[in-house]
Amino acid sequence: MADAKKLLLKVQRYNPEKDNAPYLVPYEIPWDDQTSLLDGLQYLKDCVCPDLSFRSSCRMAICGSCGVMVNCVPKLACKTFLRNYSDGAIVEPLANFPVERDLVVDLTHFLEYIEALKPYVIGNARKPAEGPNTQTPTELARYHKFSMCINCGLCYAACPQFGLNPAFLGPAAITIGHRYNLDSRDHGRDERVQTMNTKTGVWSCTFVGYCSEVCPKHADPAAALQQCKVESALSFVTSILNCKKNKEASHGNKA
Amino acid sequence: MQTLNFDIAIIGGGGSGLRAAIAAAETSPGLNIALVSKVYPMRSHTVAAEGGSAAVWQDNDSLELHFSDTVSGGDWLCEQDVVEYFVQNCTREMIQMEQWGCPWSRNPDGSIAVRNFGGMKVPRTWFAADKTGFHMLHTLFQTSLKYPQIRRLDEHFILDLLEEDGRAAGVVALNMIEGELLQIRAGAVVFATGGAGRVYRYNTNASIVTGDGMSIAYRRGVALRDMEFVQYHPTGLPGSGILITEASRGEGGLMLNKNGYRYLQDYGLGPETPMGQPKPKFMELGPRDKVSQAFWHEWRAGRMVSTPHGDVSLLDIRHLGKEKILERLPFIRELSMQYMSIDPINDPIPVRPTAHYTMGGIATDKNCETSIKGLFAVGECSSIGMHGANRLGSNSLAELLVFGEAAGRWAAQRSKEGVKVSPTALDAQADDTESRFKTILQQKGKEKWVTIRNEMGLSMEEGCGIYRSEELMRNTVDKLAELQDRVRNVGVVDSASVFNTDVLNLIEISYGLNVAEAMAHSAIERRESRGAHQRLDEDYQQRDDENFLKHSLAYYNKDAAPRIEYESVKITKLQPAKRVYGAEGASQDNKNKEKGNG
Repeated sequence: MADAKKLLLKVQRYNPEKDNAPYLVPYEIPWDDQTSLLDGLQYLKDCVCPDLSFRSSCRMAICGSCGVMVNCVPKLACKTFLRNYSDGAIVEPLANFPVERDLVVDLTHFLEYIEALKPYVIGNARKPAEGPNTQTPTELARYHKFSMCINCGLCYAACPQFGLNPAFLGPAAITIGHRYNLDSRDHGRDERVQTMNTKTGVWSCTFVGYCSEVCPKHADPAAALQQCKVESALSFVTSILNCKKNKEASHGNKA
Repeated sequence: MQTLNFDIAIIGGGGSGLRAAIAAAETSPGLNIALVSKVYPMRSHTVAAEGGSAAVWQDNDSLELHFSDTVSGGDWLCEQDVVEYFVQNCTREMIQMEQWGCPWSRNPDGSIAVRNFGGMKVPRTWFAADKTGFHMLHTLFQTSLKYPQIRRLDEHFILDLLEEDGRAAGVVALNMIEGELLQIRAGAVVFATGGAGRVYRYNTNASIVTGDGMSIAYRRGVALRDMEFVQYHPTGLPGSGILITEASRGEGGLMLNKNGYRYLQDYGLGPETPMGQPKPKFMELGPRDKVSQAFWHEWRAGRMVSTPHGDVSLLDIRHLGKEKILERLPFIRELSMQYMSIDPINDPIPVRPTAHYTMGGIATDKNCETSIKGLFAVGECSSIGMHGANRLGSNSLAELLVFGEAAGRWAAQRSKEGVKVSPTALDAQADDTESRFKTILQQKGKEKWVTIRNEMGLSMEEGCGIYRSEELMRNTVDKLAELQDRVRNVGVVDSASVFNTDVLNLIEISYGLNVAEAMAHSAIERRESRGAHQRLDEDYQQRDDENFLKHSLAYYNKDAAPRIEYESVKITKLQPAKRVYGAEGASQDNKNKEKGNG
């Protein structure tokens, strides 16, 4: 590695037990065409600063552990290659989440939001003995893209609305809820929309669309949110019409 | 130290842990269940499984065929009653997953599609494109959120088991974010902690797959069974070891050497099948051990392609065409493009065998319970006797479900029997664990865990790789003993309590060393060749049923080499026979059929 190419990574460090505020530390990293940012961070952990903390697991862009900001853009470290940063880069923890330490952020709310949207099949009493549901490739395709979310949180780090209002359920959670709403086997839409079609739900989104841009799995949360808004608006209009009809009906009854 | 009380504590939030939690919650809704994991459940290594999950489905398939494929695939070292239970329950579990929302790939009429897999006589591998593990894990995780009685303890790292009178009574865990220890008491404990592939340098496994549960159970006196059988997956990416699914071959991919020759035909898997017409149990659809062994021979003969990241063979899927690759193998394409800068639509993928799966593990009975009453083990960390000497691809995802369900149910039952605990005795054990942890946290020394990890990985590869010899295994055994001494001199640099992965890496590597020792000693004692354990020593190149149709049992011996014992294999229906594939296998099948008909 002595004659390997090297570049400079400035990595945010923060130990809450010692430091008043986070700060950047420059590190020299050897790299070749295959070196990912995660490899770079692991090199630091192994050889330079064993006390650097970051999350990682699969190193193949499917577990969603290693999200960080690279030059202010949310990325999976394992799917980011140093060959694209030969002039160096700044590595920071995911934006919009509280920092626990170094590159590790607190994901508690994010997990709670996923849970709040009831991401499981509701209202289908079929039992294994009755065999699988039929679902055509067309029906599968309706929700398939939205089932690709790996819960990495990059879309939350990209979302300006989540940055302003941490109560916003956010792109991934809504996408996962929407995925079930679109699934031909599910009948839980009515339960989910009570949480989804609210001020902290889809109506917090101002359609910047940056969430879809940074999504490493092309789950397209922006599209999910837009579809939800359209449905929410339609159901609002329908409910007004129904309400009007009901009123007229009850008026009629009185008369 | 804080104490939490549960009825069941499940350790590990991957496929088997989640399935166990759901089963316990469904069969015994009144129980409080802790789901403890050192990562968020969706980060667990189940997520990286690609190709699919086995269950008899087509009309031309049968439970008998799945049974015999599994038992012969395991070179007759499988517990046959366990395999029988397994094949009987796979289909129900796959349908259950469907009803929980798993997006299984479908035929045009909306029915479930199945694909070919290595060593399977009939297509029976259910799949969700080539992200089956990902979809299964997320389906299970999301479904688990339905049950308020399942309480997740995410990012909690297990330090030890609590025991009372030879009965499991809970665990001690470190809350990684707070840096505080926690006593988790429970009437039953389920280890679903995954494999130990990271004891090898070059492997397909996530960095978290470090053998934690295996090591804790082992140190507590439970045997690790059949640890010498470590699966090399034939197709990992050079350099990183990232998995390229066997489904690539199931869909019709070819394995080529540097001359473009389909070399598998020379290793008992031929004759060559026509391109685009994969034939079960022939050529590229051979079992993983045989396909990896064929690579080794070709490599030794100098017929592989040299690359900066080692010699590789070529996996060619170009003839499948863009449309099929995008529909069936989109992740493989993405991985090849990202990590190798190769688009498999246009170029073959360079691959080589890489350590993938531990067939052995924590010995359990057929109800997933270990020799410590109330301690269950399930999934890759366990050895229930499913896989024998070689696991068939797509049997492990199915195992997670079938035995995850069983483990959850049995653990619930055991928990309801109640456990008489003396709180003071458990407190004393937990305090002892805490003081040992604090000692490690302050450990001083010149060694670095990274050196220990690298030397262990290299040594395991050299001594316990695809082919093994007395001399090489002896070197590995000696090296591991040396590393056991040296690991005590690793200095811990990080003194912080919040997310201190310096100390956790050290503990994981210590866990790994125990598991590696069990593997190496079990391997050197097995003086025969069977399944994934192939010896180069002249006298041991054949299977030896007379002496070694037995499970190995490795027992922990403090500060000394593990004690290796043996136990018999349960054979019910399928008597040991020659294990053959390709034309020879087909002719054996025909003879058996005639015999059966006669």
